[in-house]
Amino acid sequence: MFPNRTTVEDIENAAALAEVQGRSLWASARARFMRNKAAVVSLIVLILVAAFALFGGFFAQWERDFVDFSLMGRNAHLGVPSFETGHYFGTDNSGRDLFARTVQGTGISLMVGIVGAMVAVLVGTLYGATAGYFGGRVDGIMMRIVDVLMSIPFMFVLILMLVIFGRSILMLFIGIGLISWLDMARIARGQTLTIKNKEFVEVAVATGVHPLRIILRHIIPNLLGIVVVYATLLVPNMIIFESFISFLGLGVQEPNTSLGALISEGAGTMQYGTLWQLLFPLFFFVLTIFAFFFVGDGLRDALDPKDR
Amino acid sequence: MSTILSVKDLSVTFDIRRPGAWPWTPADKLHAVNEVSFDLAAGECLGIVGESGSGKSTLARAIVGTVPSSGGQIMFEGGDLANMSSAERRVHRRDVQMIFQDPLAALNPRMTVGEIIAEPLITHEPNTPRAEVKKRVAELMERVGLLPNLINRYPHEFSGGQCQRIGIARALILKPKLLICDEPVSALDVSVQAQVVNLLMGLQRDFGLSLIFIAHDLSVVKHISDRIMVLYLGRTMEHADAHALTTQPEHPYTQALISSVPIPDPVLEKARSRPILEGELPSPLAPPSGCVFRTRCVKAVASCANERPIMTDIGHHHYVACPYHTPKQVLETA
Amino acid sequence: MSLLNIQDLKVSFTTPEGEVNAVNGLNLSLNEGETLAVVGESGSGKSQTAFATMGLLAKNGRATGTINFDGQNLLGMSTKALNKVRSQQIGMIFQDPMTSLNPYLRISEQMAEVLTLHKGMSKRDAITESVKMLDAVRIPDARNRITNYPHEFSGGMRQRIMIAMSLLCRPRLLIADEPTTALDVTVQAQIMQLLGDIRREFGTAIILITHDLGVVAGFCDRTLVLYGGQVMEEGQTETVFANPTHPYTLGLLQAVPRLDREEVELATIAGEPPDMSRLPAGCPFSPRCAVAMDRCATQRPALETLEAGHRRACHKPIAEVA
Repeated sequence: MFPNRTTVEDIENAAALAEVQGRSLWASARARFMRNKAAVVSLIVLILVAAFALFGGFFAQWERDFVDFSLMGRNAHLGVPSFETGHYFGTDNSGRDLFARTVQGTGISLMVGIVGAMVAVLVGTLYGATAGYFGGRVDGIMMRIVDVLMSIPFMFVLILMLVIFGRSILMLFIGIGLISWLDMARIARGQTLTIKNKEFVEVAVATGVHPLRIILRHIIPNLLGIVVVYATLLVPNMIIFESFISFLGLGVQEPNTSLGALISEGAGTMQYGTLWQLLFPLFFFVLTIFAFFFVGDGLRDALDPKDR
Repeated sequence: MSTILSVKDLSVTFDIRRPGAWPWTPADKLHAVNEVSFDLAAGECLGIVGESGSGKSTLARAIVGTVPSSGGQIMFEGGDLANMSSAERRVHRRDVQMIFQDPLAALNPRMTVGEIIAEPLITHEPNTPRAEVKKRVAELMERVGLLPNLINRYPHEFSGGQCQRIGIARALILKPKLLICDEPVSALDVSVQAQVVNLLMGLQRDFGLSLIFIAHDLSVVKHISDRIMVLYLGRTMEHADAHALTTQPEHPYTQALISSVPIPDPVLEKARSRPILEGELPSPLAPPSGCVFRTRCVKAVASCANERPIMTDIGHHHYVACPYHTPKQVLETA
Repeated sequence: MSLLNIQDLKVSFTTPEGEVNAVNGLNLSLNEGETLAVVGESGSGKSQTAFATMGLLAKNGRATGTINFDGQNLLGMSTKALNKVRSQQIGMIFQDPMTSLNPYLRISEQMAEVLTLHKGMSKRDAITESVKMLDAVRIPDARNRITNYPHEFSGGMRQRIMIAMSLLCRPRLLIADEPTTALDVTVQAQIMQLLGDIRREFGTAIILITHDLGVVAGFCDRTLVLYGGQVMEEGQTETVFANPTHPYTLGLLQAVPRLDREEVELATIAGEPPDMSRLPAGCPFSPRCAVAMDRCATQRPALETLEAGHRRACHKPIAEVA
């Protein structure tokens, strides 16, 4: 049957009064981010690098810890990168496939960076927001603890720990976790102080909202902008930090490897003319770091505090 | 008419640390509010007028409870809000609500309008079913003049006037008894101000609200208030019926204040003799001894520096804090 | 003599969200020594008119039309030529006295800079002249206080210092953009009295940009009412206030609460200030106008002259406006 006039009108009215979806500030920020070409390209690069680390293993022709004794002594000539031998990136001076090793190294470096950043975000933000919100003596004590921890020379402590307890990925994560949250706590506290003075927090207090809910619902969502930007810039710093440790020879233990360790090995064999050993891991290292920095910059512009 | 709020000798003092001082030096004391007393009857609107440093905003925050008071009492519904435990205070929070000057800053930019308005309800009546919450939010949005289908929009998608309406809706969802308005229309355009003022007056009637309206614009305060209190440097200068205070002000400061208010009538303005209040506001950290207004008062004499004037009732609940008060018709009223 | 003559001024801004037309065809004229009020709410374009005149538009802004000051068109002037006009011929006072002064420089340095730059005075002469000007704006103990920093003065005093700075080169025109909005009402009265004294003493023409009708009533010879970047009504202040002929002017006057009157309810103007990126083709006020007709939304009313100097832009006959 044909819809009668009243039904059509009802439908029209219903459509007119249907709830309009709001456009949150995150959506506006996303739009701004997408307009930043460098940031978008870097984001794609990062996704590709992550894919390389995750799925590269499927393309490797050789196991990553298989030592090809047939190349012993003739690495400089036979270990070059080539498609026929299956050593896409060549071999390292022990005869191991560099492609497989680079995949593994990239994966471990990324993991270290991301875990470090995540620990910083979770622990540091909550710690800093709580200190900033409660203020007074609580804030004083909490931030003095941060100050004391920050003044300990961590490189020194970490190296000591690694020497005493032995090198392992777990030790590395513990060490990085211990330092990465400190800066974030300070930043989160500073932002919290700013947000705390805004009227909508005062309204929440006046309404009788529980302090925990104020921190979780009012303060932290408004902190996230700064936190996300800082976390994105923290990842490359963590990677560089870990690479430095590995370069010193104190990072991940064989047969595990990281980009830093690979670069260290590659730098050591440069004089033999086996430049590919250095260049491939170095390329991935630099690419990843740059991409993170561009994305971080793009995020900062997109989440411009002017719009708060 | 029953008294809903009775403030007695309320004081709010802040410690100001001088930057760079040793940690053991005692801090300077800023007496933002100094022994202010007034009563508010149920359903009445009290206007509080003052300039910068008068303490009117601090007074509002002390009553709402976001700033601790340092002396005096705030008697509300049989309890003293100023000297209560925070648990007891929490019970009363639903009855005393506030709206603020900057409409957009008073709203969490990461929450939708619906969530903002619903928050007090969820805080004090957490077992309300979601459908009921949504219904009440929508009803209130309509009542304050917002389309209910905008419930999922974010604050930055609204104009200043609409943001203020959202703030009002949030303040009213728990049907409070007392609403404190801290400069609610100062940041709005003139045409929108009138809308919000009319809205507040209508809501006051419909909800039976008692209102405390704080502003520096005496014209708006007079329009909405039944009684007006004038503050200067944290102390009350005059407190009277709105019409009486504006037509026959007694205190020299009130008279100077009224003569400074420009009237949108060119003929009247040019004909007015406007004694201008000279001088600068003294620093609140070092208020003048005796009567705080004496440094700028045309009637000041030597004895004003020695004794602080007491608020005296000169009849018909007209209170003045000045021994030399005389009524003066500052305005030609239509 | 006509000092300032603005013809068909259009100011627009390019934003990622589209083109925003802040000013849409503004005509304004001002004679020597005259005071003109430019009244409007947010989005009316009043501040952008001032910025366009002073060459202070933001980078993404464009101005077209003519701004004729004393025979020269200010739009399209080179920065060098414009610098000569600015401060020497036209001074400007801004709204927020807290941010208009450089907090890191002493007042003496900021004021002397104006004179050494424009008049080629020596530093010592410049400071002497500055002290004289500070006395003229009634800063107490100017000789000693001129070496203070801005934060050592109150808001009202800082505004006086701004006024003094803008008058150092004795400009013929002073543009004051909401000079008293951020100040207490008693301080506002002092500043308005000061501006009146300055006008009498120096013969400066003053354009007062404000939304406060009370201030306008007490100070300005003529009033110009702006809405949506266009002129709604213009005339002698007495005439415009006593006999408003435009629905917007009428609405504004009725919406303002008056201290000397008892009103039960304020008459309001329905709706919200306009979205400057989406103005109607016709009269910008038509969406909110209580007496709008069909042609108001599509046909822009021309600015017509009623009697001596009284002009308005409206389709509705005067008798039916109230």
